Amino acid sequence: MDIEVDDKVDDEVDDEVDRRGVPHAEAANDAAERLAGARVAARWPESHGLRGWFTTVDHKRIGRRYMVTAALYFVLAGLDALVMRTQLAVPDAKVVSPAAYDQLFTVHGTAMIFLFATPMLFGFGNFLFPLMLGTRDMAFPRLNAFGYWVFAAAGVLMFSSLLFRAAPNGGWFAYVPLTGPAYSPGANLDVYSLGLLFLGVSTTAGAINFISTALKLRAPGMALNRVPVFVWALVVTSFMVVFALPPLNVANALLFLDRRFGTKFFQPAGGGDAVLWQHLFWLFGHPDVYIIVLPALGIVSAVVPVFARRPIAAYNLIVLATVATGIISFGVWVHHMFAVGLPQLSLTFFSAASIVITIPAGIQMFSWLATLLMGRLVVGVPLMWVAGFIVLFVLGGVTGVMFAVVAFDQQVTDSYFVVAHFHYVLVGGAVFPIVAGLFHWWPKFTGRMTSERAGRWSFWTSFAGFNLAFFPMHVSGLLGMPRRVYTFSSGLGWDAWNLLSTVGAYVFGVGLLIALGTFVHSLRRGRPAPPDPWGGDTLEWATASPPKPYNFAVVPAVHSLHPLWDRRSLASFTEGGRAEDRVLAGGHEVLRTTELDGEAERALEMPEDSVVPLVAAATLFVAVLALLLGGGAVAVVAAAVFAVTIAWWLWPWDRPSGGRTGPEEREPAAAGGTGGGPA
Amino acid sequence: MVARSGPARERRLARARHRAAGRRSPLVLLVLLVLPLAASCGEGGQGGQGGPSALAPAGFGARRVAGLWWLLFGISAGVVVVVTVLLLWALARRRGPDVKVRTGQGNRLVVVLGVAVPAAILTLVYAVGLRDLEALSDPKDPGELVVEVTGHQWWWEVRYPENGAVTANEIHVPVGRTVHLRLRTADVNHSFWVPQLAPKTDLVAGRVNDMWVRAERPGAYRGQCAEYCGTQHARMAFEVVAQRPEEFASWLAGQARPAPPPADARAAAGRKVLESSSCASCHTVRGTSAAGRVGPDLTHLAGRRYLGAGTVPNTPGWLGGWISDSQTVKPGNLMPPQPLGPVELRALIAYLETLH
Repeated sequence: MDIEVDDKVDDEVDDEVDRRGVPHAEAANDAAERLAGARVAARWPESHGLRGWFTTVDHKRIGRRYMVTAALYFVLAGLDALVMRTQLAVPDAKVVSPAAYDQLFTVHGTAMIFLFATPMLFGFGNFLFPLMLGTRDMAFPRLNAFGYWVFAAAGVLMFSSLLFRAAPNGGWFAYVPLTGPAYSPGANLDVYSLGLLFLGVSTTAGAINFISTALKLRAPGMALNRVPVFVWALVVTSFMVVFALPPLNVANALLFLDRRFGTKFFQPAGGGDAVLWQHLFWLFGHPDVYIIVLPALGIVSAVVPVFARRPIAAYNLIVLATVATGIISFGVWVHHMFAVGLPQLSLTFFSAASIVITIPAGIQMFSWLATLLMGRLVVGVPLMWVAGFIVLFVLGGVTGVMFAVVAFDQQVTDSYFVVAHFHYVLVGGAVFPIVAGLFHWWPKFTGRMTSERAGRWSFWTSFAGFNLAFFPMHVSGLLGMPRRVYTFSSGLGWDAWNLLSTVGAYVFGVGLLIALGTFVHSLRRGRPAPPDPWGGDTLEWATASPPKPYNFAVVPAVHSLHPLWDRRSLASFTEGGRAEDRVLAGGHEVLRTTELDGEAERALEMPEDSVVPLVAAATLFVAVLALLLGGGAVAVVAAAVFAVTIAWWLWPWDRPSGGRTGPEEREPAAAGGTGGGPA
Repeated sequence: MVARSGPARERRLARARHRAAGRRSPLVLLVLLVLPLAASCGEGGQGGQGGPSALAPAGFGARRVAGLWWLLFGISAGVVVVVTVLLLWALARRRGPDVKVRTGQGNRLVVVLGVAVPAAILTLVYAVGLRDLEALSDPKDPGELVVEVTGHQWWWEVRYPENGAVTANEIHVPVGRTVHLRLRTADVNHSFWVPQLAPKTDLVAGRVNDMWVRAERPGAYRGQCAEYCGTQHARMAFEVVAQRPEEFASWLAGQARPAPPPADARAAAGRKVLESSSCASCHTVRGTSAAGRVGPDLTHLAGRRYLGAGTVPNTPGWLGGWISDSQTVKPGNLMPPQPLGPVELRALIAYLETLH
C-alpha cells in the first residue's frame, strides 16, 4: 500500500479540481465501478422483501430507518407541543385537562430529546460514517440493527403509554420526590425509568459502533487530521454518551427500585437524598445538550465548505473546540441547580465552567463565518437552513451565557425564559442543521433531488414561525411566567405573548410541513440525483445516489481533508481498481486501518444479514414490558431467552466460506478465507 | 448509475445562484423580525400592566438582577448584531462566478473574534456575576424578620415564629426590613419565586433553604411556584404584601390572635358546621375545636385576597363554590367536595366571612 502521509491539509486542495462543479467525483466513481463493481457486487448481495426488511444489517438502510422513525417521533412530539400551545393560547383555556397537559409536556420533552434528536443524528451518522470514511459498513453491523430495533420499540412504548393515560408526567427531568412512589403511584414514571433504561441500550450500542468505525475502518491515508468534522463531532458525541449515560441509568435504576421495591435512595424520610437525583440526572443531562448539538454542528461544518466552495477555515481549531466542548460539558451540570440552595463556592466554580464552555462554541461559530466570508457562496437550500441556524444559535448562545451568571439564572430559571433559551439552542442548534442536512444529503439518501423553490418556502416559513413562537417566550419569562403551567390567569401581562407564541407555533408547524411535503414530493416526482449534485468535498459524493450496498467498488486512498477536491485522492479510485487490497472482492470485506494514521492493516470479513438482532431486541422488549406490567416470571423468562440469543449471536460459529482463521496476520489481499469478523 | 454531464450541473448551480440573488429581501425580513421583538423585551420594564415582571423590581435582589439583565442584554444584542451582520455580508456579497475564493486557513480571524474578544467579554460578565451573587447572600442583618414558609401540594403555609402567627398563601412583610425566609417543603420540591422582589430559591425535600428579601416600596407582589410539583403546579400562587412597618405590626398582631367569637346566631351555626363536619379534620381555626393540619390555617381567612393559592378571589360566592366542589375550580387539588346542605353551607360561609 503506497499511501504517502502528507501533513499539509488545505494547501493540498487543487484549485482546478471540482470546485466549479466539474464532475470529477462522478468520473472517479465510474472508473471504480468499471474496474471492480461487478466483482464486489457479487460479495455484497442485497436481500429484498419482507425477509430482507427484518434481517438487513446494511448501514444505509438502518440509517434511513433511524431517520424515518425519528422523524415520525418528531411529528408526534411536535403535535403534543401544538396541543400545549393551543391550551396556552388564551388564559384559563380548557382544551386539555391538567393531568393530560402534564403528560403532554413530559412526553414532548422526553421524546424530542431521547427519541428524536439523538436517534435522528445517529441516523445521519449510520448512513454517512462508512461513506465519509470510505468503507463499506459500520464496524458492528448487527449491533447496529439491534440498536435500531431497540430504539423503535422504546418509542412505541413511550407514545403508546399516552393512549393508556400512563405516559410519564414528571417533566423530562423527573425530579424526586414528585416522581417517587408516594406522589406518583401510577405506572407513568415506570414507563419513564424503564423506557429510558431500555433506550439507553440502543444509544450506548450506537455510540460504541461509531467510535469503533471511525477509529478502525477509515480509508487508507485518512489520518486523524483528514477526518471530516462531522465524523469528529459524532465520535466526540459517542464518547460523551459512553460516559454520560451511566449516571442516568443509575438514577433510573434507583428510581425504579424506590418505586417498585421500596428502597429509599431518593426518600429523605428514609434517609435518602432528593438532591442526589438532580446531580445524577444533570451529570447526564448537561452533556446530553452537547450530545444533541455537537453532531448537528458537525452537519453545519459539512454543509458550509460545500456551499462556500472552499475548505473549512481553522479545521484544527474547530476539531479542538469540539473535543474541548465534550470534556468541559461534564463540568457544568450544576448550572441547572443554581436555585437548589447549594454552597456559594460551588456555584462560583460551575458558573465559571459554564462561561468557559462558550469559548469553543465561539470558535466554531467564527470558523463557519470565516469560511463563508472567504468563500464563493452558492445560496442553496441547505445553506439557507445553515444561515438560519447561525442566527438562532447565536441567540440561544447569548442567553446561555446569561444562565451561567448565578443571580440572573436564579431569577429566570424554570420560567418561560429558559423555555425560550433551550428551544433556540435545541431547535435552532439541532433541528435547523438537521433539516439543512436532510436537504444536503437527500440526493444521497434517496437518489432524488428536492425542489429548490419549495425548500426556500419551507425555510422562510419555519424561520419566521420559529421566532414568532419562541422569541416572545423570553418576554413572558421575564414577566414572571413559570414553565410547565397548564394555564394562567389573565391580567398578569402574559396574554399577548402567549397568543403570539401559539400563532408562531402553528406557522412553524406549517413551515416544517412544507419541508415534509418537499421530501415526499421528491420521493415521488423528484429528478434523479447525480452522484455529486453539489460538488462536495467528502467521499460520500463519490458513490452512486443512493449508494450501492458496498458503497465503494474500490476503497479510495485519501490524501487530504477534502479528497474529492484533490487530484491524488481522486486518482486513487482508478489506481486502486487494479489492486486487490483495495478492491477486496475476496469476500464480504472491509479494510481495517490503524487508529491514528489510517494505514492499512488487513481485510476484515463482515457479518451478513441476520434475524438475530431483531430477536434479541424483541426479547429484551418483552422483558421490559413484563417488568413494567408486574409480570416478574415473564420478565425472568424473557431475560433468559435474551441471554441465550446473545450467546447464539456471539458464538464463534464456523462460517461455510472457510474455517475461522486467526484474528490477525492475514494479508489484506488474500482471497478466499475469512477472518473472525465482528458481529 | 445516474451520471449527469458537467454542463447540466453548471447550469443548475447558476440557476441556484441567480434565484438566491433575487431573494435578498427576505434576509432583511430577518432583521425586521428580530429587532422589534428584541426591543419589546424592554416593555416589561414599565411594569407589565402590574404583572409580576422581573423588570419592574420592588425589592433589593430583583433590582440588582434587573440591572444585571440590562447589562447582559446589551452585550448580547451587540454579539447578535455583529454575527448577523457578518453573515448577511457574506451572503450578500460573496456569491457569483467572479468572486475569488480566498484559500487562507482563517486561524487568525477565528482566534481573535472567536477566542480573544469573547474571553475578554466573558471575564467581565463573570466578575459582575460574582458581585451580584455576593449581594444576594446573607446580609447578616441582626434586625431581620424570620418567616417560615412551607410548600404543600398546592399551597403555601406561612409562619411567623416571632409571635406564632400562621397564615397561608399571603406573606406580609414590612417595607425596608430584611426578611429571612426559611423554606421547607411538606411533600415534593417547589420553588419560591416573587420576580419583583428576588430571584427564586427551591424548596427541597429533606432540606431547609434560606433566602433574604427586602421590599423597597409598599405593594402586593405576586409570587408563584416555579418548580413543577404536580397537577396543580399552575395554581400555586401567593402574594407578598409589603406594608409600612406600623401597618405590618398591627397585621401581625392580629394574625396571632385566635378567631373572634361568632357575632350572630347564623355565624354561630356556621362555626358548629365547621367543627362538626369534615372541615375540622384538615383545617385549623384557632379558638375553635378545628385543629386539622392537612390544609391551610383558616383562622383569619376573611382577611386574604384569594382562595386556593391565588386561584380565585376571596368572595362569598367563590368561597361557597370552593367549599362545595373545589375540584371544578382547581381540579386535582387535595380537598374533596363537601356534601353540605344549602342551609349549612350558607351558615358556614357567614361564619368564615367573620374571620378577619
